[in-house]
Amino acid sequence: MSDVRITGVGLHPFGRFGELTGTAMGVTAVRAALSEAGITARDVQAAFCGTAYGGVAAGHRVLSALAGTGIPIIDVEAGCASGGAALQLGAASIASGRYDRVLVFGIEKMPKGIIRSSFFAPWQEAAGLSPAPAFFALRAQRLLVETGLTAEHLAQVVVKNRRHGVANPDAMFRKAVTAEEVLASRMICPPLTLFMLCSPNEGAAAVVLERSGTGVRLAGISLRSHLPGNVLGEDSPLSGIDDSAIDPPTTLAARDAYAQAGLGPDDLDVVECQDTDAARELLAWSELGLCPDGGQAAVLAQGDADLGGRLPVNPSGGLLSKGEPLGASALGQVVELVRQLRGTAGDRQVDGARVGLAHVIGRGANACVTVLVA
Amino acid sequence: MSPRPIDPSVLRLDDDGVTLLGGWSPSSGLRHFPASPVCPFTGADDIEPVDLPRTGTVWLHTTVTLAPPGYLGPVPYGLGIVELDGDPMLRVVSRLSGDGLARGAPVHLEGEELPGPDEEPSVTWVFRT
Repeated sequence: MSDVRITGVGLHPFGRFGELTGTAMGVTAVRAALSEAGITARDVQAAFCGTAYGGVAAGHRVLSALAGTGIPIIDVEAGCASGGAALQLGAASIASGRYDRVLVFGIEKMPKGIIRSSFFAPWQEAAGLSPAPAFFALRAQRLLVETGLTAEHLAQVVVKNRRHGVANPDAMFRKAVTAEEVLASRMICPPLTLFMLCSPNEGAAAVVLERSGTGVRLAGISLRSHLPGNVLGEDSPLSGIDDSAIDPPTTLAARDAYAQAGLGPDDLDVVECQDTDAARELLAWSELGLCPDGGQAAVLAQGDADLGGRLPVNPSGGLLSKGEPLGASALGQVVELVRQLRGTAGDRQVDGARVGLAHVIGRGANACVTVLVA
Repeated sequence: MSPRPIDPSVLRLDDDGVTLLGGWSPSSGLRHFPASPVCPFTGADDIEPVDLPRTGTVWLHTTVTLAPPGYLGPVPYGLGIVELDGDPMLRVVSRLSGDGLARGAPVHLEGEELPGPDEEPSVTWVFRT
């Protein structure tokens, strides 16, 4: 892909912020990104805003507060991948030659509790066929059955990410937990306990993209959805067939993004991946090619995915520490990786990181994989 | 008032009890549920309605402990995926009930009364051991 650079990043912390609006959080993140790029909102040619619950013209409200209207302002919804979808559109608008400098941001202020989604028909909700944690749990069950992994391994993922999150001032949870605490926390849907599931919350993230120049290079980005057939697909179909030969969307997106970047899993120095639940991260490792199918136990045993390990995964603490504001989470990963690749990630810095990968997947069956190069 | 299905396009109630209404594509040879305009797995545009088997085995199962939004029935309840009898294999998302729920356990189809979207009684499907 052509030379698209990230010249500024900004974040509003992820958490719960009372009456603070999504617009206000967006303004904070966007101003920080614009400031890093040395520009104002009046200097960008287009804006793309990822949000799932932001409502009509959510992105416009942010630009309006910054006197940045007049340009196209496009809201993008793709479930948990909304920010990734916005980033792909923003990058493509530069690669196409139409624009030289665009703003991409994500904002979210989510209701508490199990996420209610207009995705499901009312009868499916009434029949009890809509709870997201149950589908996460079924996917986790499958992973355990097919790989021999155990609930202990799921707990180890939570321990790792929560330990990383202690060093992230922008995370919602900054207290380390033990495997015993994870396993003893409230059982939500077996095998997933409360601590194994991320919390929906609030936050914002922003990046400025420019044609060429200096800054971290956006070397590859791909958004893909599920091929038909997998009953456990994030589009929650009610039936499915034998899916053993059907590539999941994360694998499809990773293949595209690696090809665009001319890089592969062996070239990566740091990864931020979707850990909606602990099993989702373990699945992503194999889908992204970070380890062979069933190789997760060895990665955990060797500490390969820990800060200081061979290939640290979720040095930010992941969604398990940060929580998941849908529209902002993907761009939050990108902000983290840009800081890692600049060498400015403080106590959670991955030494010498040059190549990073971000991964999200969620409702709408969308997976987005982004490859960044210092 | 006689029992009514929670959605008449996905199940039928009659003297045989509950029947799941699927679709079948002769050209792809695949069944699916609920019936779709085209084969949801291949896109084949030759769908015929088909009553799905009432028996199968448990593939995956979990328990829902917190009532999800829009659900007014009891908790906890079982939720999982059943591999219906017949070839080629079809996996169906279902409520699950009964003793001895485990991978590979044989299950059969029954009706279960729950408040519908309008809070009035309605019948959905459950696979029971």
